[in-house]
Amino acid sequence: MSEKVLMKGNEAIAEAAIRCGCRHYFGYPITPQTEIAAYMSKRMPKIGGTFLQAESEIAAINMVYGCASTGKRAMTSSSSPGVSLKAEGMSYLAGADLPALIVNVQRGGPGLGGIQPSQSDYFFMTRGPGHGDFRIIVLAPATVQEMADMTRLAFELGEKYRMPAMLLADGTMGQMMEPVSLPDDRGTEYLESGASGDWATTGTQCKRAHHIVNSLYLKPEELEKSNRERFERYAKLEKEECRWEEHLMDDAEICVVSVGITARVAKNAIAAARREGIKVGMIRPITLYPFPKEALAKAAAKVKGFLTVELNMGQMNEDVKLATGCAKPVAMCNRVGGMIPSTDEVLEAIRKEAK
Amino acid sequence: MTYECIMAGFGGQGLLFSGKVLAHAALIEGKELSWLPSYGPEMRGGTCNCSVIVSDEPVGSPIIAHPNILMAMNEPSLDKFEAAAAAGAEVFVDSSLIARKVRRDDVCATYVPATEMAKEMEATSLANMILLGAIVKKTGCVKCETVAEALKQTISARKAGLLELNLKAVGRGFDFMNQDK
Repeated sequence: MSEKVLMKGNEAIAEAAIRCGCRHYFGYPITPQTEIAAYMSKRMPKIGGTFLQAESEIAAINMVYGCASTGKRAMTSSSSPGVSLKAEGMSYLAGADLPALIVNVQRGGPGLGGIQPSQSDYFFMTRGPGHGDFRIIVLAPATVQEMADMTRLAFELGEKYRMPAMLLADGTMGQMMEPVSLPDDRGTEYLESGASGDWATTGTQCKRAHHIVNSLYLKPEELEKSNRERFERYAKLEKEECRWEEHLMDDAEICVVSVGITARVAKNAIAAARREGIKVGMIRPITLYPFPKEALAKAAAKVKGFLTVELNMGQMNEDVKLATGCAKPVAMCNRVGGMIPSTDEVLEAIRKEAK
Repeated sequence: MTYECIMAGFGGQGLLFSGKVLAHAALIEGKELSWLPSYGPEMRGGTCNCSVIVSDEPVGSPIIAHPNILMAMNEPSLDKFEAAAAAGAEVFVDSSLIARKVRRDDVCATYVPATEMAKEMEATSLANMILLGAIVKKTGCVKCETVAEALKQTISARKAGLLELNLKAVGRGFDFMNQDK
């Protein structure tokens, strides 16, 4: 880990990706994530990488598809309306079992919506963003440090499970600056290791059988087999890769569940509630897919109730209910459309649940 | 101690930059900090602000509900954030641009004719740095000498030629608070 520097969350993602050996960025500008593209446009040409501003989000994700099929670390980034356009490409990537990094710095929707922070793509991302039966890994950073750290994690998990991985942030995370220790620069090392999957289409040199990257299976028996095999991997992912943070949960009677910027607002509210003697803690999911169901189910046995704090109409709230089998009430404190609940609003919601 | 500072005014007044310098100074001092800009269709002439938290404790939410330091560079910003300021807040007003006085009597107002002072230096665009100097001198949120170092590290290569003038402007802010005593 290097000395701390001051960076925007968006810039931290870009620099971390470079330090992980990503040399191929394809994107199209959209607020509030354009700093990622801007950063890449400055850095990539200097290190022999590729920065390409595509003609559209659809083109960008398909460039990622092509690049990923050669086993290279490839990425794209966008914000909510732009990510809708990438849905087709994400489905193809998933169908062809390719790892790639997709960053979604969410803004309010639906439609063109607004440009202020939101978490309203939760369902869209965690349920499989595109047609067909598939999932992508979804990571939810809550600090600029995590924006950097999870970039590496997304590449690594994506490659391990051969599936696309997403950093799902909100506009605040992208725009804010905090001190960050960037990961050591292992980019060159990674590239020199020649690392690429044993499935990558790198040219046979007439020395090996063809590797085939494809999502078209016209025989239903084969397509079913490929779907089932994929879901076996998802089962392993769900079993082994759930990540979450527990905050003051030891004696908690109320469990706040929140991610990204709202988890930070909630942390302030929890501190204030604790000063009033309210026993409240938080489980902050770090992986949204796989969702840390077991941690929540375990908490359900101890707490009186849950409170989700989110920037949507209750999308994660449903996941908490599913994870806990509705064993305890799951209340909600939310703002939408680019609004963010204040510490006082969250505190009031905690007080209400404590009664 | 946790300093929660909102710098607000028009786009083009360098509010995000003065916030960045303050954040950088906090970084140099090894403090916990966050810097959050208002973002949106703001452009020169539109409203703009940034929130900087400097603390000895890890920063929870970067969003400031009740600033204990406020720097106002236009009247709409003073109107908006004066009401939200914490009791006892230090409020710094560019009195060259804002005719009215601070209305609340539970906050501490400092009137700095920053834009006039900047004009005298033939650098109107540095009123933000004069105000930053005044804030740092009066509140001690970071050390005066760290601000100079932060400026050196923050100023872009394109504007490196303006470093001396920026340092001078911050110094004017320091001096202003000395006179004020």
